[in-house]
Amino acid sequence: MNRQLEIDRVSKRYGDVIALHGIAFEVRAGEIFGLVGSNGAGKTTAMRIVLGVLEADEGAVRWDGREIGLETRRRIGYMPEERGLYPRMRVAEQLVYLARLHGMTPAEARASVDRWVERLGVAGRRDDDVIKLSLGNQQRVQLAAALVHDPEILVLDEPFSGLDPVAVDVMSGVLRDKAGAGVPVMFSSHQLDLVQRLCDRVGIVGRGRMVAVGTVDELRAQGQEELVVRAPAAPPGWAAALAGVTVLDESGGSTRLALHDGADDQVILRAALETGPVHEFIRARPSLTDLFRHIVSAGEEHTVNACAEHTVSAGEEHIVSIEDQT
Amino acid sequence: MTSFGTVRLIAGREITTRLRSKVLRIATLISILILVAIAVGAKLSGGGPSYQDVGIAPGAAPLTAALASTASAIPVDLRTHDVTEEAGRQQVRDGKLDALLAGTPGSIQVVVKTDLGDDLRSVLQLVAQRAALDQQVTALGGDPAEVAAAISTAAVTVTALEPPKKADSQQLAVGILTSILIYMALLLNGQAVAQGVVEEKTSRVVEILLGAVRPWQLMIGKVVGLGAVGLVQVAAIALSGVAAAVATGVLHPHSVSTVSAIVWLIVWFLLGYAAYSLAFAAVASLVSRQEEVAAATTPVLMLLIVGYVIGISILPSHPGSPFVAALSLIPIFAPTLMPIRLALGVVPAWQAVVSLAGMVVVIPLLLWIAARIYRNAVLRSGARVRLRDAWRAS
Repeated sequence: MNRQLEIDRVSKRYGDVIALHGIAFEVRAGEIFGLVGSNGAGKTTAMRIVLGVLEADEGAVRWDGREIGLETRRRIGYMPEERGLYPRMRVAEQLVYLARLHGMTPAEARASVDRWVERLGVAGRRDDDVIKLSLGNQQRVQLAAALVHDPEILVLDEPFSGLDPVAVDVMSGVLRDKAGAGVPVMFSSHQLDLVQRLCDRVGIVGRGRMVAVGTVDELRAQGQEELVVRAPAAPPGWAAALAGVTVLDESGGSTRLALHDGADDQVILRAALETGPVHEFIRARPSLTDLFRHIVSAGEEHTVNACAEHTVSAGEEHIVSIEDQT
Repeated sequence: MTSFGTVRLIAGREITTRLRSKVLRIATLISILILVAIAVGAKLSGGGPSYQDVGIAPGAAPLTAALASTASAIPVDLRTHDVTEEAGRQQVRDGKLDALLAGTPGSIQVVVKTDLGDDLRSVLQLVAQRAALDQQVTALGGDPAEVAAAISTAAVTVTALEPPKKADSQQLAVGILTSILIYMALLLNGQAVAQGVVEEKTSRVVEILLGAVRPWQLMIGKVVGLGAVGLVQVAAIALSGVAAAVATGVLHPHSVSTVSAIVWLIVWFLLGYAAYSLAFAAVASLVSRQEEVAAATTPVLMLLIVGYVIGISILPSHPGSPFVAALSLIPIFAPTLMPIRLALGVVPAWQAVVSLAGMVVVIPLLLWIAARIYRNAVLRSGARVRLRDAWRAS
């Protein structure tokens, strides 16, 4: 199966603000694709364009080689970042309605609703108004709303935010199942450990562009290798003079070093042993979080200047919040 | 799924939700109660047709037939009761009889409690004159019955050069009620549309919906669904009002003007609702919070109110006002002014046609404009979207 959801050089601007700058990536059938990036990077805009809720200025979104039209969109399961359900409508009734809007017959819709409220653990609340549910349960209903019409494609904006650990496990399980069934699953998240654990591939978005994309291991391989040395007796600055080494962090007898080309870990080990006992000596690839910080901070200066002009009023993600960038 | 199927599904949800609304039920119930109260009030205050009860003492009994025929010719609704003079006087004193006829055909005496009403006075005057005439005719050797027959066929033919456009009180009542009802119906249902649009924006459910349906389908589904409920509501209120009026005798059940007023009320509710609800939907899509709905819908509301106030303040005293007639041809004011003018029976056919044609032209135009504004504004949450931006942006 070579079907894929293809986002091909999509651009979108709101007035003077460029939200997407020719972003391009693809999500293959059966894979979980994580979209990460700081607030305002363009993740939500990209997802809304995939959904057809927004129109792209340039570029195209294709599924299985064909540009997505309303009929395909009906078969996408979508969870918007800003959760949305009718507050004063009963859970089951609302899900049946949404399933039918997506083209299911009444019987199919009811069967599917029964299945999903059971699976997501909200069967006991099916006849309550949505507004009476706890936030966590509303979130589960929201996921059910994205899944109830048995979608061919899943696009989830921050599906994990606000979930308790049990719900995170349920959600992860559902996403894996769906991917296992050949559905391309695309979601955005700020919980990078979760993304690292769950995703087959990850795309890092920065200022409307795809900055880096690949499997988690590929991405981590691009980062600098690190070395953690725990030598309690070492004086501060012991490693500063070593060739090919940058000290990232020194605290409590533990030193984190970045290794550049030409660095020799055995030389470092000997230098460490000269200061006294060495209890830990670990080579590590940077975590996705470190990598993300690194990539985001690389584009920092431009971004901060740009976001001073971001005054367009709309509750959308393209409004860059300055705190998050600095 | 076809567009029709989608719109029907959306309208269906609106109908189900709306019918569960307590506000709707209470508003409908109150409207019905008010109409019933008006009908009962009209009956009690004697505003409608009522009978005059006249007691006839044995001495005046020969006058009974003449009294009845004279009364029906004027016309005055009269019921005669044969009573003894004693009992009759007592009943007059108790208010059970409006008047008691005593004496003889030659010298009629009328007993009343305080005063003799004008209607009754005319009738009795004529009866007395006829009795005197009959006596004279008999004395001259003629046949009083022949004379009476000759007199009753004599009539004047009236040709009015400028027929007055003064509506009768029944038409006026129907007109005013029509005006209030259509104003309330447009106001309540239009605002329901506005609130529904904003509710979807506030709750952000609109974003999920628009993943599956087109914006215009969502907007029209809402307008159609709420309109269907509104139609049933208006029809229920109008019919129960008429039923109450007929039951209390305030309205004649088969009055053509009443039936046509209701038909026109429904027609104009549909046209007015179509136009105003689209305008309400468009302006409501500009805001994201329920608190802002009132401010956003004010301009539309003002048009509705202006039409209503002009109608209710000018038409009852000047049904033929050319100013109101001119306004009622403009689609903005037609929904609030035409139904009351039609109920008053002062609309030439060409005006009715022009105002209908205006609506038929304006509604599709409004639909196009509203759909465009709605599509551009409905996903922009946060601050209020300026109308100009909603129009331009794609």
